[in-house]
Amino acid sequence: MAKKESTLLSMFLALFLVTLISATILGFVYEFTKDAIAASRAAKQTEALKKVLPPFNNNPVQEMYKKAVDGDTLYFFPAREDSALVGIAVNTFSPKGFSGMIRIMVGFLPDGTIKDVAVLEHKETPGLGEKMVRNKSNWSVQFQGKNPKTYRLAVKKDGGDVDAITASTISSRAFCDALERAYKYLTEGGAK
Amino acid sequence: MNQWKNFSKGLIAENAIFVQVLGMCPTLGTTTSAYNGLGMGLATTFVLVMSNIVVSLVRNYIPDKVRIPSFIVIIASFVTVVELTMQAYLPALFEELGLFIPLIVVNCLVLGRAEAFASKNTVWSSTLDGLGMGLGFTLALFMLGSVREILGSGSWFGLKFIQGDGMLLFVLAPGAFLALAYLIAIMNKFNRKNA
Repeated sequence: MAKKESTLLSMFLALFLVTLISATILGFVYEFTKDAIAASRAAKQTEALKKVLPPFNNNPVQEMYKKAVDGDTLYFFPAREDSALVGIAVNTFSPKGFSGMIRIMVGFLPDGTIKDVAVLEHKETPGLGEKMVRNKSNWSVQFQGKNPKTYRLAVKKDGGDVDAITASTISSRAFCDALERAYKYLTEGGAK
Repeated sequence: MNQWKNFSKGLIAENAIFVQVLGMCPTLGTTTSAYNGLGMGLATTFVLVMSNIVVSLVRNYIPDKVRIPSFIVIIASFVTVVELTMQAYLPALFEELGLFIPLIVVNCLVLGRAEAFASKNTVWSSTLDGLGMGLGFTLALFMLGSVREILGSGSWFGLKFIQGDGMLLFVLAPGAFLALAYLIAIMNKFNRKNA
């Protein structure tokens, strides 16, 4: 088998060409998939907004405002029907998940009642903490129609009103933590 | 060696998981369900076939001393292609596999085939070798994922057939080791006459 001799020049050229060609190809692939990736992310967000908010006819993404808290960012999406505020969705987070960051979209009605919740991102254990996602179990239904003013967002073990997921107290706590954070800064912001 | 053997040896006789025990990190990490195992296996197969083809194409032009970095760059490029494509068109699967897609780069199976086979053989042989090894890997991940999903969640491809939970241990990390060990034992029973 003919192997090329390893001189400084040949090594330099080989590595240069390999990286150059790879980088060029990747550039094209990136350009090609960029729009589809952005679209699938936006679709996910819109879907979550529709799920957690009452019917609206404005574009909440356009009116979105941010607030940097606890080392990360909360995103607020005000939903209006004919310019009357019908609810605000909050893209909230908790760093306390069993395996790191959890992001949840939670929709509040103007009086602070939770309309619904949808998990956007999580790394919880499949079969356990993963049950916080609606298509895995109905656990998160219990938050619908609850007002955090009277409903204590903590698992029962910690003296709250939330039934934890069996064997996933940490994930359930993180979920409550995220909702609590959303509610706290929503009311503090005086947005409603 | 005839071409059929180049392809078929990866399926059972030199199966990447059951016989060579290569690429354990994605094997144990992603096989929580049959679907995830299948997705991970196919993604790896694509990378394996493409990198085998390219490595065997350039094998006579790469100086010996820089061959490993060159192979890694080639492999990493294909992994990024898979990552971007999956993110764009299969966002649900991408979310499940997440971190493990970029980690295909360090799957020793891929570099192992590039170094041990593709850098010494023709393009056609290398393609078949990559395909065989990749499908063998996919088969193993699919079996492991199926076993873990059936025992752990009581479902297969997301279709539940028992009420409530299965043996949760199998979905968690220790279950991966247990299930893999038993599968390897069973494979050895059939493959080796004296086992």
